[in-house]
Amino acid sequence: MATRQEVILASAGRLRRKAVSERRWANAALYVGAGILGLVALVAIFAPLIAPHSPNAQDLAGAFQSPSTDHIMGTDNLGRDIFSRVVYAARVDLQIGFITTYVPLVYGVILGAIAGYFGGWVDAVIMRLVDVVIAFPFLVLVIAILAVVGPGVKGIYIAVLAVAWAMYARLTRAEMLVLREQQFMLAGEALGFSRRRIIFRHAIPNLLRPNLVFSMADFVLNILLVASLSFLGLGVRPPTPEWGAMVAEGQNFLLNAWWITTLPGIVIVVVGIALSLVGDGLADRLGERFRLTVDSGSAPDTAKGEHA
Amino acid sequence: MLRFLGLRLIHTVPVIIGITLAAFVLIHAVPGDPIRIMLGGKASQEHIDEVEHQLGIDRPLPEQYVDFVTGIPQGDLGQSIILRRPVSSVVGERLGPTVFLLAYATLIAIVIALPLGILSALRRNRITDHLIRLLTLVAFAMPAFWLGLILIRNLSLKLGAFPVAGYGSGFIDIVHHLTLPALTIGLFLAAMLVRSLRSSLVEVFSAEYIEAARARGLSEARVVGKHALRNSLISTITVLAVNLGWLISSAVVIEKVFDIPGLGQLLVESIYTRDFPTIQALTLVFGLLVIAINLLSDLAYALVDPRVRLT
Repeated sequence: MATRQEVILASAGRLRRKAVSERRWANAALYVGAGILGLVALVAIFAPLIAPHSPNAQDLAGAFQSPSTDHIMGTDNLGRDIFSRVVYAARVDLQIGFITTYVPLVYGVILGAIAGYFGGWVDAVIMRLVDVVIAFPFLVLVIAILAVVGPGVKGIYIAVLAVAWAMYARLTRAEMLVLREQQFMLAGEALGFSRRRIIFRHAIPNLLRPNLVFSMADFVLNILLVASLSFLGLGVRPPTPEWGAMVAEGQNFLLNAWWITTLPGIVIVVVGIALSLVGDGLADRLGERFRLTVDSGSAPDTAKGEHA
Repeated sequence: MLRFLGLRLIHTVPVIIGITLAAFVLIHAVPGDPIRIMLGGKASQEHIDEVEHQLGIDRPLPEQYVDFVTGIPQGDLGQSIILRRPVSSVVGERLGPTVFLLAYATLIAIVIALPLGILSALRRNRITDHLIRLLTLVAFAMPAFWLGLILIRNLSLKLGAFPVAGYGSGFIDIVHHLTLPALTIGLFLAAMLVRSLRSSLVEVFSAEYIEAARARGLSEARVVGKHALRNSLISTITVLAVNLGWLISSAVVIEKVFDIPGLGQLLVESIYTRDFPTIQALTLVFGLLVIAINLLSDLAYALVDPRVRLT
């Protein structure tokens, strides 16, 4: 019979091994995701060096070629090299995805922090605005704005920048309500720091963490959004290579030239998975520090923040 | 309960006003002369004046807004310029396919997500769990229109198991037509549901009443089914309601892929034809739909969990 102490030590060892394995998994997700993203970013930057053909060079005699050593992703209906177009499209998609994610993050966080810190009518005005924006299905509102400002990349920027800040504002406000009561925030007020200093120097650095985790999922959704809009003919205009538009270009040739639609879509999936992995890894890492407690086997579950 | 209902409705009023205002202002902010754009460059000034008068947009803006808002409860959403019919009757025709598609997609998502979510939570951090989580990542990152096209190619064009496009008539035929589109949307939704179900089940499984249930020797099926799952369902319902906007967004794209005559396709067509009254009406209808569903989910929440009513 094991003594009580031995039982505790054994279970502590088991929990520690579990903790180490979980942390290793989270780190692996982060590194694999960041690695893929870095690779795609490099491909985008050095596109002219990597693409074997010009992305818009047509060769009607060489149309509909299936993947081969010369055209590793085949050619499309106009004989353009799909791999070269996918490479150049990385520039378009990553740039639009990045801007539509991180520009709204900046003023969304600031507005949310202001709403949460001041409360009262400022809070009421900002949050009712958030409620209205969030009430619309995202794509519907973006399409309605595109109807006004006109389709195309500029239209996408205007539409998404007008809409996407609301989720960040709501998330930040909720965090701010908790943060506002923390000792160091009260200390700042007691020391007579200006409100601007308290909000920007003390609060916002602490509020960025959940927003950064959320921004990874948002980045995925924004890339899907750009692709969807281009698919609907409201986004990036041909012949500019864009992943979603390339998928759309192949839809009339599904049966005979599967690669035109399938391969650019797989690239979107891979980039999306990479972003999600980074998001999951960040959530585990930036979330509450893993606590190992011997007395309660359930602690690791509740201590770890799960971000859907 | 009545008090909760009243308060919740009062909170909704400013949002509804905001939505009508947003839909109205948006379309009236069209730069230049929308009627001229709509009728094409060669329209005569008289024709333009006539259409403007017909639409009532030669009157002051506040007056137009009051007209727009007071028309809504009577089901008057304005006139479509392209289709030359009241927008409300067009919306009425197109609402059915969209609602059917969304309901079917939600059903598919639940059927997929429930077993996977439970399995993932029960086998936490084992290989099954990691596999399921990887699957959800893939499903989350797949563009809906791409998945739809892949399914069309392999199941419709090659196997002939499903129609390539369209809506069909009669319940069975409609189900047959909508299975692929609903599956396309449902997979994305299932990915979100599995993730939320897993994390909420993981939390529930560590609760003391679950330990107590196990200690009393209840079967694992009973512990999971009656004790754990019931407490996780609330959060799952919330996830469904919160993601309704995304569900509608993907329906807009998927209706285009599968050529389903729903509201989403109508919206996209209206953009192509620059039918501004229809765009305005659809923006409003979609906004109100989301608010209505969220209100219902809050009520369901309050019915299931009495604590919610107190706050």
